[in-house]
Amino acid sequence: MPELFPQGWQHYLVGGLLLGAGMSLLFLATGLIGGMSTVFTTVWSFFSSAPYFREERFMSSRQWRIVYALGIVLGALAWRLASGDAFVTHVPYWQLAAGGFIAGYGARLANGCTAGHGICGMASLQPASILAVLTFIATAMITANLVRAFA
Amino acid sequence: MSAARSAFILASGALFGFGLALSTMVKPEVVLDFLRLRDMGLLLVLGGAVAVTFAAYRLGPRLLGKPLAGGAFLKHPSEMAARTIAGAALFGVGWGLSGVCPGPAIANLGTGDWPVAIALAGMIAGAYVQGRVAKLE
Repeated sequence: MPELFPQGWQHYLVGGLLLGAGMSLLFLATGLIGGMSTVFTTVWSFFSSAPYFREERFMSSRQWRIVYALGIVLGALAWRLASGDAFVTHVPYWQLAAGGFIAGYGARLANGCTAGHGICGMASLQPASILAVLTFIATAMITANLVRAFA
Repeated sequence: MSAARSAFILASGALFGFGLALSTMVKPEVVLDFLRLRDMGLLLVLGGAVAVTFAAYRLGPRLLGKPLAGGAFLKHPSEMAARTIAGAALFGVGWGLSGVCPGPAIANLGTGDWPVAIALAGMIAGAYVQGRVAKLE
């Protein structure tokens, strides 16, 4: 039987608890739900007058979402400085570009990603989010394995 | 936005970003290893995060009444609709191709894994196209 956690398991669990703590602090302090992909739509409201980007739900949340994203960058930077880990990915650029585009489009169509549906939606036991998570894990597994087989 | 509210939002993001980096889910290779069933770590990350957030969402409103820095407790608006599932299916294809999802795409600006910025640019472009073709509510 293959090992479940060849890199060890502690950092996974501690990291998960910490990012849950971030999501929880956001909720307890401000009542906000810390989904991630919406920021990609709300930043366009600063540059585009297309009506979709100007919807109330995006206009009213565009400021805090930028502050939240900035916090994520700073937290990750703190880890980088503390750990000294200078990892750089070897995933081919075309996969990053095409995958990023499809993931961005899909997350906004679904109104949530691994954070919004995966953490926030599942933590509030919403059936649509649970179904969304099962769906994207399935298509991601199929895609990742096809890429390994053919790319 | 009040100063206290902004500070809480920034601190929440920082905790989230630090946890994401510590969990190594910011590394596309680690995500792809999960998707190829070589390392089940992502389940511990997701499980740990959901457990803590579940407790906060359940207990917060009951114990606090209203958020510490004012405002109201909101709810994640998940819609049981075809677009949710179609979008999730597409999202998974992109995630499985790149190994990058939105949180890590943003966090890697801090860790210095610069090629991931290509995925971030792709996501911002994807969100633009989605917004331009979307039906208005």
